[in-house]
Amino acid sequence: MLTGAGIYQALPLWVLLSSLLAALLVFLAGEDRNRLRITVNLAAAVLKLLLVGVMGYGVLQGHTFLVTMPILPGLDLVLHADALTMLFTTLSALLWLVTTIYAIAYLERRPNRARFFGFFSLCVASTMGIATAGNLFTFFIFYELLTLATWPLVVHNGWPKAMAVGRMYLRYTLGGGVVLLLGIVWLAALGQSGDFVAGGTLEHLAPEHRTALIAIFLLLIGGLGVKAALVPLHGWLPSAMVAPAPVSALLHAVAVVKAGAFGVVRVVYDVFGTSLVADLQMNTVLALLASFTIIYGSVRAIAQTDLKRRLAYSTVSQVSYITLGVALGSPLATIGGLVHLVHQGLMKITLFFCAGNYAENSGIHSIDELNGIGRRMPWTTAMFTIGAFGMMGAPPLAGFVSKWYLGMGALQAGAPWVLLVLLGSTVLNAIYFLPLLHRAWFRESGEKAIATAGEPGPGLLVPTLLTGISALGVGILAGFPLSPLSWVTFIVGQEYAP
Amino acid sequence: MSDALLPLSVFVPLLAGVCVFLSGGGARSPVALSGVLLSLAISLLLVMAVGSQGTLDHALAGWEPPLGIRLHADGLAALMILLTAVVGALVSLHAVGQFAGKSEIANRFWTLWLLLWGSLNALFLSADLFNVYVTLELVTLAAIPLVLLAGSRQSVSASLNYLLLALFGSLLYLGGVALIYGMTGTLDLQLIGERLPAGGWPVGVATALIVAGLLVKAAIVPFHFWLPPAHGGAPAPVSALLSALVVKAAVYLLLRLWAGPLQLPLSAPWVAQLLGALGAAAIILGSIQAMRQPRLKLVVAYSTVAQLGYILLFFPLAVASAWQGAVYHGLAHGVAKAALFLAAGNMLYHLGHDRVAELRGMGRPLALSLGAFAIASVSIMGLPPSGGFIAKWLLLQSALEQGLWWIVATVLVGGLLAAGYVFRVMRYAFMEAHAGPSVDRAPTPAQPLMVWSALTLAVLSIVLGFTARPLLTLLGEIPLGGG
Repeated sequence: MLTGAGIYQALPLWVLLSSLLAALLVFLAGEDRNRLRITVNLAAAVLKLLLVGVMGYGVLQGHTFLVTMPILPGLDLVLHADALTMLFTTLSALLWLVTTIYAIAYLERRPNRARFFGFFSLCVASTMGIATAGNLFTFFIFYELLTLATWPLVVHNGWPKAMAVGRMYLRYTLGGGVVLLLGIVWLAALGQSGDFVAGGTLEHLAPEHRTALIAIFLLLIGGLGVKAALVPLHGWLPSAMVAPAPVSALLHAVAVVKAGAFGVVRVVYDVFGTSLVADLQMNTVLALLASFTIIYGSVRAIAQTDLKRRLAYSTVSQVSYITLGVALGSPLATIGGLVHLVHQGLMKITLFFCAGNYAENSGIHSIDELNGIGRRMPWTTAMFTIGAFGMMGAPPLAGFVSKWYLGMGALQAGAPWVLLVLLGSTVLNAIYFLPLLHRAWFRESGEKAIATAGEPGPGLLVPTLLTGISALGVGILAGFPLSPLSWVTFIVGQEYAP
Repeated sequence: MSDALLPLSVFVPLLAGVCVFLSGGGARSPVALSGVLLSLAISLLLVMAVGSQGTLDHALAGWEPPLGIRLHADGLAALMILLTAVVGALVSLHAVGQFAGKSEIANRFWTLWLLLWGSLNALFLSADLFNVYVTLELVTLAAIPLVLLAGSRQSVSASLNYLLLALFGSLLYLGGVALIYGMTGTLDLQLIGERLPAGGWPVGVATALIVAGLLVKAAIVPFHFWLPPAHGGAPAPVSALLSALVVKAAVYLLLRLWAGPLQLPLSAPWVAQLLGALGAAAIILGSIQAMRQPRLKLVVAYSTVAQLGYILLFFPLAVASAWQGAVYHGLAHGVAKAALFLAAGNMLYHLGHDRVAELRGMGRPLALSLGAFAIASVSIMGLPPSGGFIAKWLLLQSALEQGLWWIVATVLVGGLLAAGYVFRVMRYAFMEAHAGPSVDRAPTPAQPLMVWSALTLAVLSIVLGFTARPLLTLLGEIPLGGG
């Protein structure tokens, strides 16, 4: 059993366990073993990155990675790795490492760190489970685990405000989980295991169970839409910004909204298949929902005066690019949507790191406090600028690549109205981002800027620089092999191969 | 040869209980501990024997029914014996810590608990209606003085209520048994099944009496009101045993009678629907009550009222996956609920109170117990990965296959309501409090045995999420058509 090949084939399990065991160790080490905790955290993050690297290489070589554990007759726990898995695991593993570094610096000398980092690792473990899940049942297990693991992070500060938000977060996410579960069990009641197979497995049911399939699709999307922050299920996301900055980064870029969006991708491509989704006319529903979310999120972002709240509404808008690309379903739109999974992650984590730096270093929370901060914190503000321009979709930044492919894909799919959505979103993005940049770079220094001595320490600054520069890099180097774009093109090639 | 394990699994705990009574020895009484170990070993051997050989039968002293007493072990009985053994052994470890230094209470606890263990095993193995009655009485009579161990005025009135209700339930049950004996001339479960008339009012009345008696004993809504004060007021290990095992025994009998002689009357559509509706009412009302309780142990006790309802959902479903789901729910709930009560007991032990609103910041001094509470709650909420989730999945799937949407809705809403009462507790625990939780007296940290037994049970409730296959194989097919 424990042959070399077996161990290699079980890589998805090791990737999962690397964070799960880290979580366990961190919990057991307790509050006072600071150094041990940091070592475990960083070692696990690096180890995971290595494992993910090996696994990615294997997937590229066409190796199979599969771990199966029977749970009930006809119901297996399946972990596997395909190209789509690698997209998400690579993103999460990379960002986990930088977020860990950032969080260690951010939480220095604050209480309850063991609890924080324990749940933090558990969160990433759930994300890995979501990414490597081989069927809906397995996906659901980790999807719910993610809810449970993020709640303690959202309420970490323990203030009454945080508690109220935590309650709201649970109402949304557990409610979404129930809806998702209903969809999955219904599928099981129709005798379908919900395995993730490129092109979907349900086409043969369409003639007989058309209504049921539509209902199931809507249930699945409804359940996933909560975490993916599809309007009107997005309410928790802007409120959840009361959490500490690293948690916001985790929610917005690495784990939670991505889990929802990733689930939508799996359901559309690997459970239903694009042709069945189109046959049921659900692609139009999904595209309209995503488009509305894109515009709505941007419009709401304009009105926010709190920096993190504005960023949160921006996430609501931007994450739906992924759903939009998936809904359009043409190969180019798929590329645009999937690549945005990575691009949005890099850009948004940069923006949240910057917001955290402003808050930690200068006490800046509100937008009008940003005046002149660019002169005191040039590096942070430069990274913020990269993130903001990327979000607007300025070439050659990451966001541009996504939008370009989405636009082309919309034409390819015969839905030119989507171009208007993209255009509108770009204009709105500019309306809510450019004034920030103007304030930071060009206005007279405000109170908070004057009181600021300089950049934060390396623990906060270096992760910000890393992610900011990567956000720049994935755009400029998009044409190179192993860039997110080429990887996504590889995935799409597989999805549309037969 | 291995059928000797059946009487042994009954008489070893009973004898051990008597020995403890005679010898004493306090919380660490070697007699009690070896009694626990021996009972555990025999139970496990019995479960293994059923696993390898299928059902086992034993006629006591060689007398065959209808004259003698027959013991019968099938998959269902084996699973209940396994649950009793595992939960019982871990709760016993907890009791060693809980009753340390209180040797008089400890002696009573060990005596009564070992008697209870033997009676439970006897109940699970009984193959005739009258023995079921006797063992049910034994279980009740061992359980009530256990509640009294708390020694408070409230516990006296709680156990008095419990006693009256339990006697009332027994009376109903006995009436039903008498009617059946009048009709069939036998009490053997198998023989009754062969001889009972297919219809007629005497059968209906007998069934109604038996079922009502068991519902009272199982604290199913609207007969639930005696449970929370009794379970919430008892010492933690006792609460765990009562909620995990004792009420389960009455529900077990409902399943056993459905599987045996009363399948026909219990499958009548309106009877099945009524039982299901009572289960649904229990889930909803119990959960709502649990959300409102000011004391942690009462939250957990009302949660038991709610969780027992899931098992009754089997009756309107009545297919194989629902059978598995209901039984698995019994196991998962038993393990998780024992963990919850032990964890809550540790908090009470540490702080001197369990007022939910004053538990702010308890995460620091009570991290491991809080962790046990949180982990076991995952199963109670029916979230994955846990035994509770597997049970919920099976129930949901069979309800969807039959298009019984009200059951689907009940199960899903029940999960959300459970999250409501669980997270209410977690919310207070996570609130910022520099001073830590309030205390009624100088804090007395729980002993490691108390903490780790709770934690082990909690982890087991998660492990049950991965062990469905072997356990359900042991359970075997759904016994359709009686016998």
